[in-house]
Amino acid sequence: MSTAGIIFANLHDRNVPELTRWRTMCSVPFACRYRLIDFALSNMINSGITNVNIITNQNYQSLSDHIGSGKDWDLARRSGGIKILAPYMTAFANNGLAPRSSRLEALKSITGSIYDMNCDNIVLCDGDGICNVDIAGMIAQHEKTKADMTLAVKSINITPELAAKSIVYTSNEDGLITDVLVRPHDITGIQDVGINIMVVSKRYLQIILHDAIARGCTSLSLDIIAKNEGKYMIFRHDDFYASPTSMESYYMTNMQLLESSEARNSLFNVKGRSIYTKIRNSAPTNYVSGSKVVNSLIADGCVIEGTVENCIIFRGVKIGKGAVVKNSILFQDTYVCPNAKLDAVITDKNVVIRDGRCLSGYKTMPFYIEKGKMI
Amino acid sequence: MFIKKECVAMLLAGGQGSRLYALTEKVAKPAVQFGGKYRIIDLTLSNCINSGIDTVGVLTQYQPLVLNEYIGNGQPWDLDRQSGGVMVLPPYQGKDSADWYKGTANAIYQNLTFINRYDPDYVLVLSGDHIYKMDYSRMLDYHKANNADCTIAVLNVPIEEASRFGIMYADENDKIYEFEEKPKVPKGTLASMGIYIFNKKMLEKYLIEDEANPNSSNDFGKNIIPNMLNDGANMYVYHFDGYWKDVGTLNSLWEANMELLGETPVFNIYERNWRIFSRSQAKLPQYIGLNSKIENSLITEGCEIHGTVINSVLSSGVYVAPGAVVKDSVIMSNTRIMDGSHVNYSIVDSDTVIGMGAMVGEEYTPDTAITVVGAELDISANTVIPAGAMVNGAYLTEKGE
Repeated sequence: MSTAGIIFANLHDRNVPELTRWRTMCSVPFACRYRLIDFALSNMINSGITNVNIITNQNYQSLSDHIGSGKDWDLARRSGGIKILAPYMTAFANNGLAPRSSRLEALKSITGSIYDMNCDNIVLCDGDGICNVDIAGMIAQHEKTKADMTLAVKSINITPELAAKSIVYTSNEDGLITDVLVRPHDITGIQDVGINIMVVSKRYLQIILHDAIARGCTSLSLDIIAKNEGKYMIFRHDDFYASPTSMESYYMTNMQLLESSEARNSLFNVKGRSIYTKIRNSAPTNYVSGSKVVNSLIADGCVIEGTVENCIIFRGVKIGKGAVVKNSILFQDTYVCPNAKLDAVITDKNVVIRDGRCLSGYKTMPFYIEKGKMI
Repeated sequence: MFIKKECVAMLLAGGQGSRLYALTEKVAKPAVQFGGKYRIIDLTLSNCINSGIDTVGVLTQYQPLVLNEYIGNGQPWDLDRQSGGVMVLPPYQGKDSADWYKGTANAIYQNLTFINRYDPDYVLVLSGDHIYKMDYSRMLDYHKANNADCTIAVLNVPIEEASRFGIMYADENDKIYEFEEKPKVPKGTLASMGIYIFNKKMLEKYLIEDEANPNSSNDFGKNIIPNMLNDGANMYVYHFDGYWKDVGTLNSLWEANMELLGETPVFNIYERNWRIFSRSQAKLPQYIGLNSKIENSLITEGCEIHGTVINSVLSSGVYVAPGAVVKDSVIMSNTRIMDGSHVNYSIVDSDTVIGMGAMVGEEYTPDTAITVVGAELDISANTVIPAGAMVNGAYLTEKGE
């Protein structure tokens, strides 16, 4: 049985507006060398999916640049491979840019592409989920149980804030979904929360899409999943999962990687399921005499002369002599000049912090510096 | 399919590198790891693509498996092409004869068919075991400007080292009038770097003649270059004054690694417009732990450092446990240095485990001998490996490990 993948690139752009000003949510940088979409892409290729389609809406130059030919994920293929399904206007339909605002609207706009996918099953996946999921196991379960739809869930102790952004599933002992609550506001305790990865047969997806077009439905969760009219099953993924819902949660998710090796290992050290990203061929990182580095994740291509504590440092960052950087996230090619001091700061790409500048945010409100700015 | 190319590069990568001992037991010298994330051959392959040469034949012979799989389809160097690209050329069985590559010239001779498919005007002959960055396109321009038959890249070496090299003697116009292979008493200091550009027609003629001579050792330095010179061919030296290192010995390999360190490294691998490409291993970023101490070192993705690392080069995926000390050493990929062990002035090959409390090598002084630990070994806890030891499977068996 062959499987194709569909990734939604823009769904949650508004969660972190600062970072998505110049990019899609799924091309937001994460953990020193990755973009969020690397998890979705790697999960797919690690389970043998070689036909991956990315639905974009806007701001997708950085995404196209990241994906390139798909080589770095082994997705530069003669048949299948990787495709970016950009929005388009036709002479017949008035579906310009706006309708891709939800998963269902996006899928409705690519029914032609879905028809052409040579596969039995389709995996639908948000581009901003940070997780290393056994999608092959999920597909196997989907086929074994002959479900119409299989949805990945993680059981977590839910807070009202989180619940308001989640779908909560109730299921029986066989994993058959008995109730679906979309963005509930009165729920607490341990709950199975959807992580926005689902497997559906191509045939079933086509039926629900045609039905949705006929009835004018607009939301996959409200109009289809919540109605629970088919055989919908859950698939448990109880390892690490995160999806940034705000700048604060984006910051905390990065910092979680420093708190325990557990988070790092369950994301990056799963046997046979590496996370791939665009290769930049940076040289190894140079720790010059006099540098001091504590509890940090550091990419290749950096030159470190100063002090770094509890930081996430991306490729090509330079930290000058006497500079002290703490609790910060520095994106690609940030240059911290000598004697600058940073605490709880997020610098976007190519930021320059000049000599002796002193900047500080707080962990619940990290100080963000826009791409290319010099301070 | 076969589009004409102006210049085809032939990269000699068949050498055993016997003076690297344990490091080349299972891999050819060009496949030995260097500088954290590279293998020696990456430097030359990157030079090719950065110089705009997109057709490279890699001649392999000794232990080719690792080298073959590393080069693969050439994707990391952008050498996966419809026409040209990188091609691994092992010795083969022909209709009338089957030969190993008898010498450098014979290796090229046996692959004239490969060269001729691209109908090049020039052939660039390279070695896969040198560390340097060089723009071959400039050398080719120089070759063309001189209307030369052959151009040889040379480096000015100290006179006391000159007897290790092939020495060129050239006039004020850089035209070569004499050549000596490893002279006992050198009269000059222009050492051949083993980088030649030939006019293809001329090269072909001399290779065929050389092959017909049963007494020839089929070597560029010993036969082809002297023969051309004797016949009065138009040969020039091309001066190179950048960093160049032959990493044929353990000490030079160690030194080349150390020359990447420091605030202004002797050899700079950070140039944005001259990247060195390598096959990446999809590892997570390096994690530097709470009680680690790192001084003057290069560390690569996938490393996890909890101990002390001083003046060292660590390849990808190296683990340094709490309390372990790595000093003045080169550690290759995925090696694990366990709690409390010390590694001093050593080269440790990939996938080896240095057990808890083990002591490898001795403090670096100019008189200490370097210690080498081969690949995929298990050095048990509290083992003491003296300076100068060459640890491989046989060594451990002998010591009753």
